[in-house]
Order: sequence, then C-alpha cells, then structure tokens
Amino acid sequence: MNAPSAALAFAPDASGAPIRFVLDGRAIEAAPGESILACAARHGVDVPHLCHRDGLRPDGNCRACVVEIEGERVLAPSCCRAPVEGMSVHAASERARASQRMVVELLLAEAPAAAQRADSELLRWARELGVEGSRFSPRERVERDLSHPAMAVDLDACIQCGRCVRACREEQVNDVIGYAWRGDAAKIVFDQDDPMGASTCVACGECVQACPTGALLPRRLGTHAGDAVDPSKTERSVESLCPFCGVGCQLTYHVRDGRIDWVEGRDGPANHGRLCVKGRFGFDYVASPDRLTVPLVRRADAPKVAQFDRVPANWIDAFREASWEEAMTIAAGGLARIRDAHGPSALAGFGSAKGSNEEAYLFQKLVRTGFGTNNVDHCTRLCHASSVAALLEGIGSGAVSNQVSDVAHAEVILVIGANPTVNHPVAATWIKNAVKRGATLVVADPRRTELARHAAHVLQFRPDTDVAMLNALLHVIVEEGLVDRAFVEARTEDYEAIAANVRAFTPELMAPICGIDAGTLRTVARTFARSRASMILWGMGVSQHVHGTDNARCLIALSLLTGQIGRPGTGLHPLRGQNNVQGASDAGLIPMMLPDYHRVDDAHAAGAIERLWGVPIGREPGLTVVEILHAAAAGSIRGMYVMGENPAMSDPDLAHARAALANLDLLVVQDIFPTETAWLADVILPASAFAEKTGTFTNTDRMVQLGRQAIAPPGQARQDLDIIVDLARRLGLPWAYAHVSEVFDEMRQAMDSIRGISWSRLEREGSVTYPCAGDDDPGHPVVFVDRFPTASGRARLVPASLRVADELPDAAWPTVLITGRQLEHWHTGSMTRRATVLDAVEPEATVAMNGRELARIGAVPGGVVRIASRRGAIELRARRDDGMPDGAVFVPFAYAEAAANLLTNSALDPQGKIPELKYCAVRVTAVEPAPGGAPLQ
Amino acid sequence: MERPLHFRRPVGRPKGRPVDPDAASRVASLLDGLPREPDQLIEALHRVQDAEGHLSAASVAALAATFRMSQAEVFEVATFYHHFDVVREGASVPPGLTVRVCDSLSCAMQGGEALADALAAELDSAAVRVQRVPCVGRCDRAPVAVVDRLPVERATPASVIAAIASGARACPAPPAPGFGDALAAGAYAQLRRCLAGEFTPERVFAEIDAAGLRGLGGAGFPTGRKWRTVAAQPAPRLMAVNADEGEPGTFKDRHWLETAPHRILEGMLIGAWAVGASDVYLYLRDEYAGVRAWLERELPALRAWLEVEWAASTGAPCPGVHLRRGAGAYVCGEESAMIESIEGRRGMPRLRPPYVAQVGLFGRPTLVNNPETLMWVAAVLERGGADYASHGRGGRTGLRSFSVSGRVRDPGVKLAPAGISLRELLDEHCGGMAEGHALYGFLPGGASGGILPASLADLPLDFDTLAHHGSFVGSCAVVVLSDRDRARDAAANLLRFFRHESCGQCTPCRVGTAKAEPLLAAPAWDAPLLAELSRTMRDASICGLGQAAPNPFDSVLRFFPHEVSDR
Repeated sequence: MNAPSAALAFAPDASGAPIRFVLDGRAIEAAPGESILACAARHGVDVPHLCHRDGLRPDGNCRACVVEIEGERVLAPSCCRAPVEGMSVHAASERARASQRMVVELLLAEAPAAAQRADSELLRWARELGVEGSRFSPRERVERDLSHPAMAVDLDACIQCGRCVRACREEQVNDVIGYAWRGDAAKIVFDQDDPMGASTCVACGECVQACPTGALLPRRLGTHAGDAVDPSKTERSVESLCPFCGVGCQLTYHVRDGRIDWVEGRDGPANHGRLCVKGRFGFDYVASPDRLTVPLVRRADAPKVAQFDRVPANWIDAFREASWEEAMTIAAGGLARIRDAHGPSALAGFGSAKGSNEEAYLFQKLVRTGFGTNNVDHCTRLCHASSVAALLEGIGSGAVSNQVSDVAHAEVILVIGANPTVNHPVAATWIKNAVKRGATLVVADPRRTELARHAAHVLQFRPDTDVAMLNALLHVIVEEGLVDRAFVEARTEDYEAIAANVRAFTPELMAPICGIDAGTLRTVARTFARSRASMILWGMGVSQHVHGTDNARCLIALSLLTGQIGRPGTGLHPLRGQNNVQGASDAGLIPMMLPDYHRVDDAHAAGAIERLWGVPIGREPGLTVVEILHAAAAGSIRGMYVMGENPAMSDPDLAHARAALANLDLLVVQDIFPTETAWLADVILPASAFAEKTGTFTNTDRMVQLGRQAIAPPGQARQDLDIIVDLARRLGLPWAYAHVSEVFDEMRQAMDSIRGISWSRLEREGSVTYPCAGDDDPGHPVVFVDRFPTASGRARLVPASLRVADELPDAAWPTVLITGRQLEHWHTGSMTRRATVLDAVEPEATVAMNGRELARIGAVPGGVVRIASRRGAIELRARRDDGMPDGAVFVPFAYAEAAANLLTNSALDPQGKIPELKYCAVRVTAVEPAPGGAPLQ
Repeated sequence: MERPLHFRRPVGRPKGRPVDPDAASRVASLLDGLPREPDQLIEALHRVQDAEGHLSAASVAALAATFRMSQAEVFEVATFYHHFDVVREGASVPPGLTVRVCDSLSCAMQGGEALADALAAELDSAAVRVQRVPCVGRCDRAPVAVVDRLPVERATPASVIAAIASGARACPAPPAPGFGDALAAGAYAQLRRCLAGEFTPERVFAEIDAAGLRGLGGAGFPTGRKWRTVAAQPAPRLMAVNADEGEPGTFKDRHWLETAPHRILEGMLIGAWAVGASDVYLYLRDEYAGVRAWLERELPALRAWLEVEWAASTGAPCPGVHLRRGAGAYVCGEESAMIESIEGRRGMPRLRPPYVAQVGLFGRPTLVNNPETLMWVAAVLERGGADYASHGRGGRTGLRSFSVSGRVRDPGVKLAPAGISLRELLDEHCGGMAEGHALYGFLPGGASGGILPASLADLPLDFDTLAHHGSFVGSCAVVVLSDRDRARDAAANLLRFFRHESCGQCTPCRVGTAKAEPLLAAPAWDAPLLAELSRTMRDASICGLGQAAPNPFDSVLRFFPHEVSDR
C-alpha cells in the first residue's frame, strides 16, 4: 500500500490476457504479472509470508511463501513468481508445507522475541502452520536500542526480512537503514551500525509500519523508556488527516483511554501510507498541559508588554478565567463598539491556514459581513502570495497544475527554493522515487540540502539572484531554438516581450551574478526544454523575496515557453506550506478575493456572493497581513480577531509586529495554546486541536479531504466553528449551521471549483480532487490541458527584470540571513515544540552555517553565537552545516527564545505583498565556545 | 510526565555522523581518477583499505559523500566482504600486517589449523594479525598461509616467519608471456579469424555445440546453448567472466589463468564477439593477486590492440574490457551474486527467473562464463569441436581439469577425460594415495558436492553421473580422504565454511547453516532433524550455496553413519 504501483512479480507474459493455472488442484486465473501469492490471496488462499508486504517490492528472502511448482527442481517463492499458462502450483502440499514450517521454526529460534507480540506476523504463521516452538538453539540475545525518543529497536525480534530496509530505502529513500555484515551475523543497521538515535534517521517511522515482528516499534510517548505501543489496547481508530504540512497525508488516529496512542499512515492519494516524523510521532501536543481549557480575559491591572523574549512562565497572572458568556460578550461587544465608533476598517481578522475550509469560509464571511471589512488575511500572505500573484496574472489560477505524485510521470524535475525532504517530507519521497525510476532531478537552492544527493544538477546559486539565473535559462531556451513554438502560438500571449527581455541575459553574463557557470545553465535549460515532461516544484525560497512575483513569473515562463504544462508529469507546483493554505485561500481568506478567487472589486462576482449571503459587502480590497500590522501600529486598526495564527512569531520584524498588536484596543485570540500572540490578547478563547474536530482540508494537490474528530477537546475548549458562529450571532448575523457539512454545502454554492464534491461523497471517498463539477466527475489531477482559466484562455508571458533585495549586506551587516523551517518543527513551533518526540529531537534553536563561516567569526559547532540585524538580536547555538553557502546563515523561525523574525525585514513584494523573509543583512558574532558535543557512541 | 530516555544528539551538527573534512580530502586523493559511479564503490573501498589497512568510520562517511550515497549504503557493502576491515570509532585498528591461514578442508587436513595456532602464539599480535580464512585456492600445496598478498605454500610456522622477515608482501605475477610476445607468437589467431569474418557467430556456436563444451565453473550448462540464448537477446548485451573461483579444493582456474591467460582472454573476446557484448567484466577473486598483477600489466596492451584490430576488421567499436576485483566472498562465485558485486553491492544472489542471460549485469542480457570454459573455445575453433568431443571415458565427452588435493601422492591440476573414475584419477594422474594412507572417501566436487565413500571410487566422474548418490562433481575439485580422516570432521569443516560464507539473505541458508553447524558437534547426530533441515535448505534456499550446504552432513548420514550414530 505504500508504493506508487502494485507490486509486479517477474512477468513473462505482459500481453494482458489472464493466465490460467492450477493452484492446489483448483483452476484459477492470474492477472498478467500478478504473483502467485497475490493471486492466491485474491482467491482466498493465504500462503504464509513474512518478508512480503503489499506495496513493497517483493524480495523473496524469507522463503516462508515457497510453493511447489510441478516440473521445477526446487520450491519457488510465491511472492516473486508469476504463474505461466497451465502451471500447476501446490501451496499446501506436504513438500511445500514442510519448508514453510521449517522456515518459521528456524526464525522462532533465531528471533525469540519475534513471536511475543499479539500482532506478530511470525506468531500468526506459527499458529496457522502448527509450529509449536523450535528445536534449534536460540540466537544470542541482543541489547535493545532505546536511543531514539520515538522508536524502540529490539533486534531480538528481527527476522531479517528486510521490510524496514525497503521501507527506508525504496519507499522513503531516506537510506538510513542498511543490511550489513554477512551470513548469520547479518543485521539491520542504522548508518554505520550506530544507535538509531545517533544516526541520520529522520524518524519517518516507515520502518516501524513495515516491521512484521515488533523489532521496530513506536514507543509510548511520555511513558517509561522502552514501553512500546500495544495495538491490542487500541479502543478506537479514527480515519483522519495529518495536521501539519500541505502534503495532506491521510492517517489513522488510534485512541486509548481517550487519548491518541499511536498513529498509522493510511492509503491516501497523497501519501499511500507514508508519513513523516511530525505526522507519525508529533501528535501528543494535543495532550500538552499547556492547552488552553478555559476562556481568559486580561486583568485590568496587567498592561500589555510588547517587547519580550518569550511568553513568561507566569503569563496566566495577566489573565483571569471567565465564563464563555462573559468572554464572548467582551469580544463581540468590543469589536462591535470599535466598528460602530471608528468604522469597519478599524477592524481586521487573521484566519488560519491550519483551520478547516469551513472555518476559513465562515471566518472571512464573518469579517466581511459582521465586521463589514475586507481586512481579512492569513499566513498565505507569508508563504505563497507572490507565487499566487504571478500565477493568477499568468495563467489565471493560483493552484497547482499537477499533483506532486505526478513526478512519477516526469522526465525532468526542477525543485527550486524548496527543501521538501524537510518541509514536505512525503512529497519528497515521490520525487526521490522518481529519481530512482530514472527521472533527472535539478535542485536549485542557495543551500545544499538533502535532496541534492539525488540530483543530476545542483544549482547552488547565490541568494537573491533567482531572476538572473532563471532569465539565463530562458535566454538559452529562446536563443537556442528550444521554444515550443506550437504551444507558444496556440496557448500563450506576449511572447515577443519576454523574448526581447531575456535577450541580454546570456548565461555568460549571468554566471558571475548567480554563481552558476554558463555551461551548467545551458545544460539545464536544454535538459528541461527537451524532456518529454518537465515539472517545476517550488517553495518559499522563491516566493519570500521582494522580487518573489518576478521569480515566479520566470518559472511560469520557463514552463510556458517549453510547453511543459498541461500534460501528466509536466507543469507548475508551488508546494503549499500549511495543511490547509490552499483551502483557506480558496475559501476567500484573502483581503482582495472572495471565495474561488473572485475579486472583491469585481461587481458581478461580489454581487453573486451578496445574493448568497444576503448581506452587502465592501468593494474595496482589504489590507494584507503586514499592512494590517502597520495600520495597527499607526492606530487606524484598533480591533482584531485572530484565530489560530501567531503573527507575534511569524511576521517579519517582530518588535514592530508585537508593538502593533499590543497597540490594539481589543485583540481577541482564539487558539489552543498561549502563543506569543495570545500573550498580547485581551480575550483568549480556548479552541480545538485538529484531532478534536471534523472538517475538510485542501492539500497542495487540490485534494479536498475529510479530517474526522478522534478525541474530545479538553476542559471548556470549544470547536472553532462554534466560536465563529457564536461571535457572528453576537455581532447580529442570523447564522444557523447545525453541522459542519451545512457550511460545506454553502461553500459549494459559492465555489464552482468544488461544486461537485458532496459531503456524503467525502465521507465515502475521503478525498476528491477539484475542479470537480459533479458527483460523476472524478476530479482533475492535471489542469490547463487545453486552455487556461484566463479571459482569453491563453497564458500570459510576463517578463521579469533584475531587482535586488531590500536590504543588502554591507560592511556593518555583512551576512545574509535566510529563515525557514526544520523537519521537526512546524511554523512558529506552538504545536511541535509541545510534542514530546519532536521537542526531544530538536530541543533548541540553532543557526546553520558552514565551517568557513564558523571559523571566520571564531565560533565552534555547538557554541553560542549572536545574530543581530538592524531590527533586533538573538542568541542561539551554532550548527555546522557545510551545505550552507559562504556569507549566509540559516535560522528556523520556530523558536520563541531566539525568534528569527526579530531580525527579518518587513519589506514587501509590490504585487504579492509578501515580506522578504528569506533575505536580510545581519552580523554574526561568537558569544561563547561550545559546551562540547558528545561523541557518537 | 516522565521523559523517555534517549540519545541526546549534539546540537552543533546535523543528524548523524558528519563528514570529516580531513577524511574527505584523504579519500579524494586515494580515489583520484576513479569515476564516482556506484559500480566503482568496491574498487574505492579497496583503495582505501589498501592504503590505510582498514576502513575507518570517517572514511566510510567520506566515501558515502563522494559517491553521493548514504553511509548505510557504503557500510553494508563494506561489511559484506571479508577483505575489508571496517573499524568503528574507538575500536582498535588492525595490525599493519595480516597473515591469512587457510583452514578449509584440504589445508586443515595438512595441519592448517595448527599452523594458525602456532603463528598466533609466536607472532606479536600488535604487529601481525593471524586470520583464519577459507580456501585461498592453493589446496595442492597445503597448508597455505598468505603474508599480506604473498602466498607461502606447504607452510610451516618457520617458513611463514621467514617470509614475514623477508619483507616480501606482493604475490608475484605468473611468468606467462606478455601480450605483445604472445601475439607475435601466434596467440589470438582464432579471435582474428572471427573478427576477419572467417567464422560467423553461428559457426562458432555450432563448433561449441559439436564439442559438447559445458560450463566448467560447476554447473555444466551447455556453453553453445548459453551463447545462442544471450546472442538472441536485445542489445546492449554484456559479458562477465567469473574468475571468482572459491570452492574449497578448487584451484584449476588459477592454474589456467597463470599458465594459459591468453587462451582465456582469447576465448573471452571470441565470446564477446559472438554474442555482441559491448563490454566485458572480468571478475577476479581478490586472493589471486598474482594473476591480478599480470592482468593489470597486460590488459592495457590488449585493449590498445583491440581498439585498432577490432574496428579495422569489423568496423565496430571493440568491447570495453574491465577488470574487477573481488573482496573475499565465496558466494560471489554464484553468477548473480557476482553481478551484484560488479555493480558495487553486497554479493547477494538474485532470484531466478529472470535468468542473467535475460536480465543480468546492469539489467542487461549477460553472458557469464568460467575462465576454463573460455580457455577451450579457441582450441575448439582451432581443431574443430569434434576433437574436443573425442576425449572422454565411459560415454562422457570432453576434458576436465580436476583440482586434486588431500591424501594423494601427487596433488595438482590434472587434465583428464570426462568420466574418469576416482580410482583411475588416483592411479593414472596422482601417483596413487600418499604414503601410508588408504582411500576412505572423497569429495568429488569440493565443499558442495558431497562426500562419497571409497566403495564408489569406480564411478565415472562427470556432470550428472553422481546424482543418484546425492553428489556432483561441480568444478571437479577432488579432495581425497584416507583412513586417517573422518568424514564427520570434513562435514563439520565444510558446514563452518558454508556458515561463514552464507550471504545472509534467505532464511534456510542463513539460519540453516548457523543451526546445523552446532548440531554436527554432537557425538551422535540428530539425524531426523538434520534431514528435515536439509530438505528445506535444498528446497527453499535461493541459490546453490544454501541448496548444497547440507550435502556434507547428508553424505555422512548416508555413507558414514557409523561415525555419528549412538553406538
């Protein structure tokens, strides 16, 4: 279930006709290429098997599945053999059974712990085959490896089936697990036989999911060392989604004692059972003692302190507990008073890309109709606003043209300004799988990241020189006749402008600017243009610049000029960050857009929405995230409702942002934790975590998926949707939604894109890709096949000129600061830093820099350094990462105690209004030497 | 909430072991000129091992980085092969000199184990490591020790210590004539006839068919049929020469590689020509350092000549000829394991089907032949297939190179007619039994072929003729046991060998050999359990190693039950 395609055994006959053969005296038919094992299972015959797992490449090493084939000298592994016409197979003959039993008996001796767990597959087959015990001497006992906080390794239960190796190497392609040594000394190892916790293991847990005997097990979080999860204790299993990134992995929450006990990947269309460390092991934040469980109101004698390093431990002293009635009265009354006294534009709302579609939809509807303003935005502004601006301008749609897994059909994959192994780990597995299959990967990023190991071309270009590099590629395409003339003529407009624009951008001229030699630029351009199918995936390295829109324009042009869009395996994919950033944007959680991207100043579209809602809405586009905070600082915005966002951590130039929030007359924060933003609130409304509510979420692939409630919210915490509706009613809106599905039904009336997706269909299928017109429409994984959703139906080629970052390094501020995320920590860390495993693996803030930079400032790995910019300063430990370029450092922004955004620059891209979070000038100095890193044991 | 125990990794670096810049530059200079392709990994490991005497964790990490592999990918390959010493951080580095002492059957019968013990006692373990190793392919001059790469035959503690003192470490190249001289003397004439169009590939196949030439690596597959099969596969096609002779008791390939290398190379090139192979990989076992030295010296001249001659005659580019070095793994003599090894991976046999003739090296149809098989090809073309077929006894055809060791007066490689009996072989070729020894039993096919009693000494020795007795000749490695030997000791020695050499892939072999070995130590064997185990090892193992591994104890139970019964 974990691999993109069904396992094929060696198929002598690929003609397509079914193969008739005899199994244990019964004539049956196999599909071409189907293994004897799979075919037998389909016909109700369960042949014993251990090393085989659906979805993994069949390996045939355990030999438990051997069958007797008439005319053959020895037995054959049924998992690896396809029947041929007329073959006679005995899976249950005395001869076959003798070996099946002996294999199980040998393994019982070899791995005495392998049959101890109730869910052990070895135990199952021992029982079914009547193997009571083993007559052979047991293997020497092996120490358990409890070095990893998430997983226990007990090789006493290891039967050397290699499922974990295939899961780690062939599915996830993390390549941590090896099968080392030889003969009966052969063993599963991590890296160089290192303790798992000291290895390069990224804890995706795919090995745990693959292990048949419990040699690899999830540990029970927060329990004594070595306690492993016991699936037999699971009380309830709820099919839901991962709450973290935009990949949209489906998973199952296994509940015990009213708490999530463990998580398992589900066969969803985006993940096929795969998960990453966050999804699999990062779930216990919901049970954190820090959860908000009761409404809170700021004490009159507790003034807001805008400048702080982190939320103080005694933060609660600034608040008093309130009833829901009181808290909601204060919130609604305060908002209404500001609206009525200062006008609707004195109010603003930040919704969240972590909430459901229904929450996003009602949130923007509340702001637009209850507050009466279009001042509604969310963190999409900080991620892909520039990409979306360029996409809407160029091809009329901000959504991806192709799904990530479509890289399976690509010949060339260009990943630029993205680090998917860290930020979209499961998406990265599809890319790595494609490379293994033979696709050519080009990775363009100022940092050399893990994906570079798999790339044919690594373009480690200088930060801020995206347009120079990309225009050079476009130059080669135009000048060397690599343009797809037919496509350009039939499907695009304004070719001449872009052709003229890139004429001067020769690779030779751009090479010294971007740092990539001209030959490589030419090779990459040719490779991309000439391939049968080239796909571009990008992330915030492209978008979070003052020239983010220009960067994206170049990528769009690259795709259009070469005709690399509109077919399987070729197109544009901006990798979405949050789990529902696509859906929240689609739902209209944007100041200038209504649901489905209709502009608020489009009288026709706005009129349609007004008719649906029965309320007039403003035609004036609202302010964006950073603009709203500027307005708050200036006093023109006085009241805000923030749901599930943490601008006091996520926004650039935090000192300014926090002062702006503190300056509000009324800040209502709805969240699950006392975030930095909540610390500045007047009213805090305790809300529900992902696993505590039901709703739809739209992933980066345009898949609308159903997340189901697994557990109850703690204390008095309420469902977010209820809180929004309650607030709306208190602001005078006559809302009555009895169930989340009613909100979704209303959305379908407002949004053509999801019109064909009914709630009952979602309950049935779990995931439907939009655009989807009706019940019988399967949805469209690939769009723009024959036209673009623009007025003319054609895509627009938009030239981009060179523009530099807002704040360039100089003698006083000589280093470039790049911010971003880490594998373990999500966004501002409010959830992940409260997840036991994630916090254990990455417990403190670090700055990544290469050895030369460390030496230059006289710092050592692990030592404390100080990073200062014109706006602030932080201290944190240095991490040596030789993938970093000279003259730049990287700081993840999840750590409140060393908040990277105290340093960042709030300069905006003029079109996307996205701040330049990927580039500002800083000074790095050594503070103290390292405490000394512990050596590998 | 109690926090679970775990390893707290240093925050100053990314996960796992970082690449040490010094190790990276050291490794880079050792790998100078080596393509960083996965199939060069084993060669890269050799270079580091040769230069530094071991593979440190830092070197493994540096190798992984330069090959753009993960550390696990390099580590699992390095630890598969016995000739790589992987040393973890904090573990002691092996001494500067290793003396390998063969303890496989033929050497063990001649005191190999005592020799190893004596050397270990006498030598300074800080300076010299005495390592017991499986067969080094010099069984006729047992016991054998190898000082670094220098073989010491009929070794005594004194002669080994003298060899150490001499300072000599290399195995001298055999005195075979160089390529230029051989060419001038008329070698490669049959290849030239092929290239010149005097023969068609079909004609070559027909002659080989007529000769009845069979694969002499042990399987006896008809050579002509194999060549035709590969030639009919879609291009590109490849060829591999399996010179990974490792079956205990077998040394005939080394013999022919040392004495008739041009014949083997000629046969190899005729094969490449006949099946249209674009590249040929000669996989040579690491123990044959002298042959390697010779090939490294002579192959450049051969390649240079080929480039000119081949293109001039055929108008097509000549095949690339690549020498690949094994690293101490018997199982790599299994053709698909050898292919895995050539590709730079652990030598774990592949499942069949598909057969390597269809899907072999780098996924291409591949012709795999044994050196001796190839050696006969030129002779067959020169004298006609019928000439080769005219040899043989008792209805068998062709010639066989018997590697004879054990209790005989005159051991060595004996070229004899197929179908010769053990008794005839002894009498006609070996000067009879050694002084004071009487025939008790014999191994007709090395470690794998089973153990037969003296009563079966008159059976014709050839492919298929011993099947009724649960035995086979394989690579014709004959080890002769006398009344001073016990079959059960031989079986125990062989099981230890199989356990040591099992690749660890499939359960019946990996676990079966490990569980069988201690069972053979019991004074009285658990015959029913061994029989059950044997059945599964034969029936369900992936490759011939596991399938043949029970032969020794099956033979003892069948022919020498008195040695292992209660009474």
